[in-house]
Amino acid sequence: MTRQIKFIQGNEAIVEGALYAGLDFFAGYPITPSTEIAEHLSVRLPRQGGKFIQMEDEIASMCAIIGASLTGHKVLTATSGPGFSLKQEALGYAVMAEIPCVIVNVQRGGPSTGVPTHVSQGDVMQARWGTHGDHSIVCLTASNHQDVFAMTVEAFNIAETYRTPVVLLFDEVVGHMRERLEVPEEGEIPLVGRLRTAVRAGVDYHPYLPREDGRLPMSDFGDVHRFNVTGLVHDMWGFPSDNPKIVHGLLRHIVDKIENNAGAMARFKTYYLEDAETVLVSYGSSARSALHIVESLRPRGERIGLLELQTLWPFPADVVRQYCEQAHYTVVVEMNMGQVCQMVKHAVTHPERVFLANRIDGVFISPTDIKQILRLIKGRGV
Amino acid sequence: MAVQDYIRERFFPHLWCPGCGHGIVLNGLIRAVEKLGMSRNEIVMVSGIGCSSRISGYVDFHTLHTIHGRALAFATGVKLSQPALNVIVPMGDGDALSIGGNHFIHAARRNIDITAIVMNNRIYGMTGGQYSPLTGPGMLATTAPYTNIDQGFDIVEMAKAAGATFVARTTTYHVQQMADIIREAIMHEGFSVVEIMSQCPTYFGRKNKQGSAVDMMKQMKAMTTPIGSKAKQENPELIERGIFVQLDKPEYCEEYDRIIERARGGK
Repeated sequence: MTRQIKFIQGNEAIVEGALYAGLDFFAGYPITPSTEIAEHLSVRLPRQGGKFIQMEDEIASMCAIIGASLTGHKVLTATSGPGFSLKQEALGYAVMAEIPCVIVNVQRGGPSTGVPTHVSQGDVMQARWGTHGDHSIVCLTASNHQDVFAMTVEAFNIAETYRTPVVLLFDEVVGHMRERLEVPEEGEIPLVGRLRTAVRAGVDYHPYLPREDGRLPMSDFGDVHRFNVTGLVHDMWGFPSDNPKIVHGLLRHIVDKIENNAGAMARFKTYYLEDAETVLVSYGSSARSALHIVESLRPRGERIGLLELQTLWPFPADVVRQYCEQAHYTVVVEMNMGQVCQMVKHAVTHPERVFLANRIDGVFISPTDIKQILRLIKGRGV
Repeated sequence: MAVQDYIRERFFPHLWCPGCGHGIVLNGLIRAVEKLGMSRNEIVMVSGIGCSSRISGYVDFHTLHTIHGRALAFATGVKLSQPALNVIVPMGDGDALSIGGNHFIHAARRNIDITAIVMNNRIYGMTGGQYSPLTGPGMLATTAPYTNIDQGFDIVEMAKAAGATFVARTTTYHVQQMADIIREAIMHEGFSVVEIMSQCPTYFGRKNKQGSAVDMMKQMKAMTTPIGSKAKQENPELIERGIFVQLDKPEYCEEYDRIIERARGGK
């Protein structure tokens, strides 16, 4: 069988991944540098009977996918910085009401309108804390199209497994660069479908009562079980409550279901870490430059390796601690003012050995940039 | 099915203040649904935030109580993803036309088959009586202590201009007409808007010295008249009630089905 090989943009790889995962409803609003996702889905979705809608704004797009998820569909919206800000209230609603959905943010320079056509990784903390109130979030990223595809599928799987919104945090370079994507065969990557309740009509169904394994079976709007969905704190039927026990229990539940499964959700890649004295920690497009410098310094005998993070939230602290344990230097390579760097400092045993190699000027961080910063860190001058 | 089978009786008495008009709207809505003989499983009620939006908790449908102003956006997702469902969206005047104004005009423009019910009591009740886009100039509110200088919207004119294909107005005084209009609105294929003038004796009434709930309802009787009545010609100040627009135009979900056909190589 001939495999389907494409030479496409990262934004198209997201589309391929989402369709592979079973996406059948998309709502969005045009914004650079993520617009191609909407454009391609407007072509692809109706061909397979799916629905595409361009809503009146970013907020409406986020709301529409939540509505569509409740009728039993796999849903997606895509945006960039300012649009991601606008979606935050409804994103919090999806956290509270436990609605499976996937939100892509192809990051650009901020704050505000910033540098719309240039790269940044400045939304890592917004992905974590953008909506109000205590909560947890799942956030994945990738540095190349094969992984963009895989992480997109993974995002849908996690959204269904944990009944949660999942943020796919890519960046302008990954979104717009073109490279090869080999689309896996059907069945090659396992898919998680909607878990629906086995409770029969007429029997009391509890949409917010976790099973023993922690999962919460759903029932589609239109099906036999009628229940309430609300952003208010609610009981196991979905009805509002301000009973302190229920408030506490629900907050613990929406946080614990993510944080207690941080290990299971940790996706990362390691390169030359076995004997690495210098460990680069990176993610997204910056990990490409980081890998390049590792592979060019290795032949010269430098004991340098790369830990590429694909799960950003819940932060894989155990993974970071383990791989940085023996490092003389841990250097976080990212295009922001150290958003992941501070998480790495919290995670490792020796935070004084953690350094930041970054760019914040809208220019892609190059292997040369990293090389120069490494020289500086190691006291070898510029 | 009996009327009480459509409600979640365990949540009564409801949370609305004594004399509030919203309970009358709930009554009218249930009677409309009952008369249509609709199954509870085929109705999704989507609401936003505010006094009016709590109506969704009391009905035994699929209910989605969302965030302030965005009910129509959530409802659009529900309807487009599952067009077989009947989607009813009760909103307050602030919810529908201030924070949710953008969604209101665009849902109307799309002509998606959703029934929007605007319970217009001219005030933000849940937060304690602040002025809304329907309060109107010269009125008092907790945030308009020296009288309100904001001009008000005319919901009917706005819905018409935005492209709604069913537009009607009634009041909580006119309960029979209300149930009839809601029934027509639900049956209408396309975006329907029903403005229901409702009384808030607790805030709007008290601030503006309009007396009891009964006084306010009598006032609604006095200030409204059927569309095109002789009374209206004699007194243009009267507010017309009845069905203003009832048009047959392409509905969004049906149009989208044609897009699917086109994408699959059909005509």
